Amino acid sequence: MSGEETASDADDAAASGGDLRQNVGRRFARLPDTAAEREVEGRATREEVLDWWETRFGVEPTVFDEYTFWEKGAGKIWALAGDVVSPIEVEAIGMKVLRTRQEHWKPTTDAVQRFGRDATKNVIELDAEDARAFAAGEDLEPDWDGDWGYLIGAHEIAGGVEPIGVGLFTHGTLRSMVPKGRQRDL
Amino acid sequence: MEPLERYRPLIDDFEAFLDACERPLSSAVRVNTIKADVDRVRTAFDDADVGYEPADWNERVLTLDTDSPGTTWPSMHGWIHGQEEVSALPPVVLDPQPGERVWDAAAAPGSKTTQLAALMDDRGLLVANDNNLGRLSALRFNAERLGVTNVAVTNQDARNFSLKPFGSASDAADDADDRRVEAFDRALVDAPCTCEGTIRKNPDVLDEWSLDHVSSVAGVQKGILTRAIQATKPGGTIVYSTCTFAPEENEAVLDHVLETEDCRVVEQDVPMDHAPGVTEWDDESYDPSVEKAARIYPHHNDTGGFFCATLEVGT
Repeated sequence: MSGEETASDADDAAASGGDLRQNVGRRFARLPDTAAEREVEGRATREEVLDWWETRFGVEPTVFDEYTFWEKGAGKIWALAGDVVSPIEVEAIGMKVLRTRQEHWKPTTDAVQRFGRDATKNVIELDAEDARAFAAGEDLEPDWDGDWGYLIGAHEIAGGVEPIGVGLFTHGTLRSMVPKGRQRDL
Repeated sequence: MEPLERYRPLIDDFEAFLDACERPLSSAVRVNTIKADVDRVRTAFDDADVGYEPADWNERVLTLDTDSPGTTWPSMHGWIHGQEEVSALPPVVLDPQPGERVWDAAAAPGSKTTQLAALMDDRGLLVANDNNLGRLSALRFNAERLGVTNVAVTNQDARNFSLKPFGSASDAADDADDRRVEAFDRALVDAPCTCEGTIRKNPDVLDEWSLDHVSSVAGVQKGILTRAIQATKPGGTIVYSTCTFAPEENEAVLDHVLETEDCRVVEQDVPMDHAPGVTEWDDESYDPSVEKAARIYPHHNDTGGFFCATLEVGT
């Protein structure tokens, strides 16, 4: 096992701690398509998830055509390429992409790396030095006149702009949200 | 090295074998085609002045001239994954297709799982199982870092693996629901083993070696492979692999399932130098078809050691 295969982010550690205490934490349920089909109060719908990616980052809904979305516990949303029976009791299904049920929805680092290439707005392109600091989890004070809130931090590499992770922009500061286990000293 | 002496009768050039076992392995990575193609990764390494050498049998496997691939941008982006060259063989031999349902029976920490997902173009359903919850969290971390979205992770004893969570037969679910999983198209059984073949990475691996350990792990291997055959569709394919040289954990396991289950060992395309499976060992003889298995010794391709066989489930 190489060194890079062992890390785990704090979120996951907390989640599996919960799993050990109560099995219900392993139960995933498919998101309803629309609010009219919603059976669990407060659960996001597929429509809302697609709308959020499009409104916030300009990611076209068609990017997710082959995906189903799943909620585990309250507010953690997972994306699966394909479909399975619902509910389903497993450790994980697809990729954890989003935290909902709070005022500001927050995407995961892994989700913006996977789907953020299709983003057309709220992407902040960092220069080489800032990109390294962002990947190391450091805060930046970039020139940014756009929206506040969660942004996709990206940089130019090997002939294209590539998303690095999520940053929270407020009051002139971009806080790197790259989880500890994903931070790198590049 | 002493436990390796027992293999002297099996290995043609035994001195070359021992020499290779004593040489450390250089650091290899696999290009994760879910997130980047080989050319883009090469460009990124060129720009960063990191040298690389592709494996001659697989352009996605690169040996890097850095000891810390984890501190490169391609790693941060999940474009590459640290994985020993020979360990990239079993998923290639299994050859899973996009849209299929595939079982990875002993999946953690996920190097082969994520490679299977990439070979499936991240489409279909890949069920990654392991009995060790701690190692599963490493698998989940790796899968998410590499952008895998077609995987369901389970924490079961593979020997008694149940498809019930996926809505199989005994469930009250609708019979016509094609989201239910009744059986897999393919399975990878990369079995827990004594890991003798990893000696170039872990020189201490033989310190704990004993014949008792070999026998006890062989029992587990037979149990997992049996369950994989039962959980795979008629005509489906299973790859059985280990990173050990012991026939008790390799050919003897195949011989066991050939007797107890409806399956056969089939020809496989192994693009690395290798020796055939052995049919005689320690007063035992095995079914002649186990010769179709591949024994990859460290001196063959300058890699770690591996065993790999392909089975077809009876129709």
